[in-house]
Amino acid sequence: MANVTTQQVQTEEDRLIQEQGFDDHFHEHHHGDKYQSNFITTYIFSQDHKIIARQFLITGMFWAFIGGLMSLIFRLQLGFPDESLAWLRPLLGKWITINDAGLGTLAPEFYYALVTMHGTIIVFFVLTAGLSGTFSNLLIPLQVGARDMASPFLNMLSYWFFFLAGVVMFFSLFLSTGPFSGGWTAYPPLSALPQASSGSGAGMTLWIVSLVLFVVSVLLGGINYITTILNLRTKGMSLWRMPLTIWAFLITAILGLLSFPVLASGFFLIMFDRSLGTSFYLSEIFIGGQALDHVGGSPILYQHLFWFLGHPEVYIIILPAMGLVSEVLSVHSRKPIFGYKAMVFSMLAIGFLSFIVWAHHMFMSGVNPFISNFFVIFTLIIAVPSAVKVFNWIATLYGGNVRFTTPNLFAIGFVSMFISGGLTGIFLGNSAIDIQLHDTYFVVAHFHIVMGVAAFFGMFAGVYHWFPKMFGRFMNETMGKIHFWLTMIGAYAIFWPMHYLGMAGVPRRYYRFDVFETFRHFTEINKFITIAAMVVFAAQLLLLINFFYSIWKGKKVTTKNPWGASTLEWTTPIHADHGNWPGKIPTVQRWPYDYGKDGKDFIPQIEPLKEGEHDGGH
Amino acid sequence: MAACASITMMFGAFTSAFLVRQAAGNWLEFALPGIFTLSTVLIVASSITLHGAFIAFKKGALPLYKGLLIATFALGLSFVVVQYEGWQAMKDLLGLPLGTNPSSDFVYLISMIHAAHVVGGIAALLVAVIHAFTLTSGPTPTRKLRLELTLIYWHFVDILWVYLFVFMTLQS
Repeated sequence: MANVTTQQVQTEEDRLIQEQGFDDHFHEHHHGDKYQSNFITTYIFSQDHKIIARQFLITGMFWAFIGGLMSLIFRLQLGFPDESLAWLRPLLGKWITINDAGLGTLAPEFYYALVTMHGTIIVFFVLTAGLSGTFSNLLIPLQVGARDMASPFLNMLSYWFFFLAGVVMFFSLFLSTGPFSGGWTAYPPLSALPQASSGSGAGMTLWIVSLVLFVVSVLLGGINYITTILNLRTKGMSLWRMPLTIWAFLITAILGLLSFPVLASGFFLIMFDRSLGTSFYLSEIFIGGQALDHVGGSPILYQHLFWFLGHPEVYIIILPAMGLVSEVLSVHSRKPIFGYKAMVFSMLAIGFLSFIVWAHHMFMSGVNPFISNFFVIFTLIIAVPSAVKVFNWIATLYGGNVRFTTPNLFAIGFVSMFISGGLTGIFLGNSAIDIQLHDTYFVVAHFHIVMGVAAFFGMFAGVYHWFPKMFGRFMNETMGKIHFWLTMIGAYAIFWPMHYLGMAGVPRRYYRFDVFETFRHFTEINKFITIAAMVVFAAQLLLLINFFYSIWKGKKVTTKNPWGASTLEWTTPIHADHGNWPGKIPTVQRWPYDYGKDGKDFIPQIEPLKEGEHDGGH
Repeated sequence: MAACASITMMFGAFTSAFLVRQAAGNWLEFALPGIFTLSTVLIVASSITLHGAFIAFKKGALPLYKGLLIATFALGLSFVVVQYEGWQAMKDLLGLPLGTNPSSDFVYLISMIHAAHVVGGIAALLVAVIHAFTLTSGPTPTRKLRLELTLIYWHFVDILWVYLFVFMTLQS
């Protein structure tokens, strides 16, 4: 007790930070510091990672709403192709044409635009920025014990580049020729020839500008996350004492940093082809009987470049969710995570393998079957670390004192979705089975369950769990549980039947199926899927209401550590200022998963090891 | 460093795309204009002068440091100008304007995107030059770190160009 202060020591944790903490001569400014002095610098152009996290989250929710709404519109078209959509005219304007009988139909071009935008928005804006952006920002400094990110300024830029990307994309929705409509993968020639379709002109230009801005945002964010994790950990926070969330964010950021530039390369080639008359991707093409003067390009080249990002991208989406779920499961099961090191090594393995499997998206594009063999093998090997993780999550739950709180329900739901979606991945990873299944609803079902719904569940688990940290209040549990059960059952109701459609050969991206003799008998199943989609969308509105209601009216958090978690973020004040800890930075004495040890419910990371006590992580 | 890894991946993608596309046929063979050799010499020289400036700065030899910094800045600018001349030479001397054949288009693409990264480096050099003439504080750790970061980036775009130059020369 070298440093007895006049400040009243309130709790055990405060005392530990006082005694053991590291004094970096931080001065708290209750009325804002030089970076946060007025409303604009505090809430808008903020450099505080906690505010930036909330900005990412709320922007992500906005985009999730838009993206979800789009899927609802095209599901209406697929489920009820003969019903009049005239009532959507106030929203969609000229994209609904009304015939003499008063029947309103959705313009086919706009159907494609909706499908394209739904994919782009959900993959990039919601599940990349909204998920990893939110939680990397919130948790990295808090859980490693840092005052803020390594460069708060770059961090702020990262958000605003994302915002700008969003503005450009949003603007493209209102073009008279419509937004880009060639699929979220933007394969040439639809993306490389402005005259290829109505969305390929201005729509594609804005799409590509938006995504280049988005890549800048991801890179700025990623550089920051990596630097912060490697350089700004508090005393005692060795790598093997980091929570799994931090490991997940680190690996995610590395993947992003290595794969997004390759996507940018692919985009630069598209820009050259579009604007400067080159033919990187364009071979001899006739449009309307007219030969274009492009010769000798290869659209397959784009597929290679795209999927070299595209496959790591699915892990960029799912790894943060895995990290969040690991943490939530452990806290709410009151048990240490099972196989901590195995979890880390399996994430590293997944990260590495994700770079050498991209061509499994291209089995049917004419690549050499012998090369396909190579990609089949590595794709199937990914099942091994994935299975290790699933086993560990289940083993963490097994015998635990499981609390069925909303965050934990979503974490368990994540495991369920990950298993269901992962198993169909084994089917699709085989190039022989892929001959039948490629480009069918089987693929749609697979990736929606394994990286769409599962990642959303990880995100929901994170939102419900860290909401008290973000806003100092709880979300409503009853509404949360209704949200969970509707989403869980509803999501399976949407995507499970799609497997059957896919096995029967129903192709994805088609505008309507009742005109094909082969697929006509699936009308009822399509109706069922559409109704389930409406229910699930309505359930998400419940989340929105719960979220915004709870920010202002939710039950107040009265203790610093409402869940009884051992990690550092719960040692900060309930409403932490910029700088996170008012006095000293806590030092870390043990690994983050000491639950139910030595008869104690949990032991915070700041509590020193007793003599002879073994540290779990090492 | 992370940024360097990222840019490396991007150019890695370009050069592998180059190889993949080359293997696909319909590939016009041509020799790189000699003027690109000149630009290579310029950028290598600029790396050496900047390194000299950094050493001089650490030793406190301020006049030498300022001189070498300005020399680097000038060499950097002339590199970009010579690259531009190179594109003109491809268009006028070789008769290969943009859009002729993927082989020459790749040279344009790679060198243009590289030049864009060099321009970023020149901006950093400009800041360094302004600092050199306005800041009066001696070689403080902050200033050393700033200069070192500029140096690392500049070496990086230099080595990157040497790689790209060798790559394109060998492939054509």
